[in-house]
Amino acid sequence: MSMAFNPARWKPAALLPREEAHDGALVFVVAVLCFLACATAIFAISADRAAQGWANQLQGSATVIIRTKGSESPDMAASRAAEALAGTPGVAQALVLERAKAEALLEPWLGTDGIIKDLPVPRLITVELDPSAPASAKALDNALRAAGVDGTVDDHSLWMQDIIHAGQIARIAAVSLFALMALAAAAVIAFATRAGLSARHDVVEIMHLTGATDGFIANLFQARFAAMAALAGLLGGGAAALLAAGIRLLGGGYGLIPVLPIGWLDLLVALPSPVIAGLVAAIAARVTALGLIRAMP
Amino acid sequence: MIELANRDQTDTIVRFDGVGLRYGRSPETLQDLSFELKAGSFHFLTGPSGAGKSSLLKLIYLAHRPSRGRIELFGQDIGRSKRKDLPFMRRRIGVVFQEMHLLEHLTAFDNVALPMRLAGQKPATYRTDIAELLQWVGLGTKMHAMPETLSGGERQRLAIARAVVARPEIILADEPTGNLDQEMGQRILKLFTELNRLGTTVLIASHDLDLVASSGMPAFNIESGRLTSPYMDGAADDPADDLGLMASGEPEFIYRRPLTLSQEDSLEDQGP
Repeated sequence: MSMAFNPARWKPAALLPREEAHDGALVFVVAVLCFLACATAIFAISADRAAQGWANQLQGSATVIIRTKGSESPDMAASRAAEALAGTPGVAQALVLERAKAEALLEPWLGTDGIIKDLPVPRLITVELDPSAPASAKALDNALRAAGVDGTVDDHSLWMQDIIHAGQIARIAAVSLFALMALAAAAVIAFATRAGLSARHDVVEIMHLTGATDGFIANLFQARFAAMAALAGLLGGGAAALLAAGIRLLGGGYGLIPVLPIGWLDLLVALPSPVIAGLVAAIAARVTALGLIRAMP
Repeated sequence: MIELANRDQTDTIVRFDGVGLRYGRSPETLQDLSFELKAGSFHFLTGPSGAGKSSLLKLIYLAHRPSRGRIELFGQDIGRSKRKDLPFMRRRIGVVFQEMHLLEHLTAFDNVALPMRLAGQKPATYRTDIAELLQWVGLGTKMHAMPETLSGGERQRLAIARAVVARPEIILADEPTGNLDQEMGQRILKLFTELNRLGTTVLIASHDLDLVASSGMPAFNIESGRLTSPYMDGAADDPADDLGLMASGEPEFIYRRPLTLSQEDSLEDQGP
């Protein structure tokens, strides 16, 4: 066997030992972190989309409460108000909510035993706004005044604020979680680099004393941990994409969680996972390795 | 200042000036060392175990920084040298470590190739040299053997091959013949002598006074961390003659390859 060795066909071997005992565990931990980061990103996108949808729905409509004045009947006042509102620029449609429907809305609180019939239930008008140039609450209010109708316009701004606020919180939480997981991955890799350098101190020392530059030695660790993290990123990101695809497929048209609609394109978020994981690992390994090597004379 | 030169060397390759070395808070291992090694000189460093021979060598091959004093290497004050310049200085030094420090996960061939790879040389430029060198040190049939399968003597020969393969300007050897039989010891000594004849400065730490005496080469002595007057300084004009060894038979690449790889060879561009 030894005699068969042909120097002309010799190829330089990897300078670092190929496998470490803790490599598998490191890939697993980084893969889990990548999975969580990608899942967070996918659900953040769907939460953002849901918040946007709710905001659009609220932005596209307004509710007007009509109070009667003098001898005019509530139905008459509501009818006049609806007519005035329908003619306002930026309004697509204005419909009077029938008394029966208004009573149905009050039933859960007042019951069905006839009290409602004796109460002056306000009449409601649902106004559908033109999405391209929606009328403002002030414009609707002016239209009511011009028609001589006493009413209050609710353009849902109170709810809108809450929804926009909730959407912002969801975005900030998602970005923070993503950053936290990236930092955790970097810390794990820095720890692994430190352990790897410590375990291979003999190899590092020989290379150092034989004339290897700090950058060359750091490159070895950087390349090794970047490759491992890229593999972990592929596994973790792939698992998150599979999970999201499963949720999208299993729940019918709106997915398993209709309140968080997942689009097929959302899965692409997992695509850069190997690159980002590799990059984070490369930086963490390089910084750690250089710090340790520079402690040598 | 002790000046250590033989034949007609003029350039100083190593200069120690009032150098001391302390490990942690322990007493000084080396004290007030002042000497010069001229380029192309050949010396033994003698002294009992624990006298500081290895520590002195470590200061020269830049494994330690002195606690005090000044060291000049290749004309540069290493205390003032930039860190980025030190690897290039180390490439000009070949070291046979006492513990050998072989890379256990690499084959014998890859171990010897290490200095060439670190200097960014292309394999085609040194493959045959390594094969020739391994053949010469008696490891021709074990080129792709792993170090753990080699005997103590074979490991030592491998470490020596790695130290000389890049034709360094100075060779520092710490007990290089300790595990070798007399014949192989003499053979290795002859290689060092021939390299010295071609311009390489050689400093060998040894406590084997018989070997030193039989070599006919000058020696200086260290005791309790202090350099004492030279133990022997009377080298012949051509030390190889005094060794009484064969006049030829060294690996041929040492005559082809110039002394030390170019300092401009950069690893940063090569990648791992």
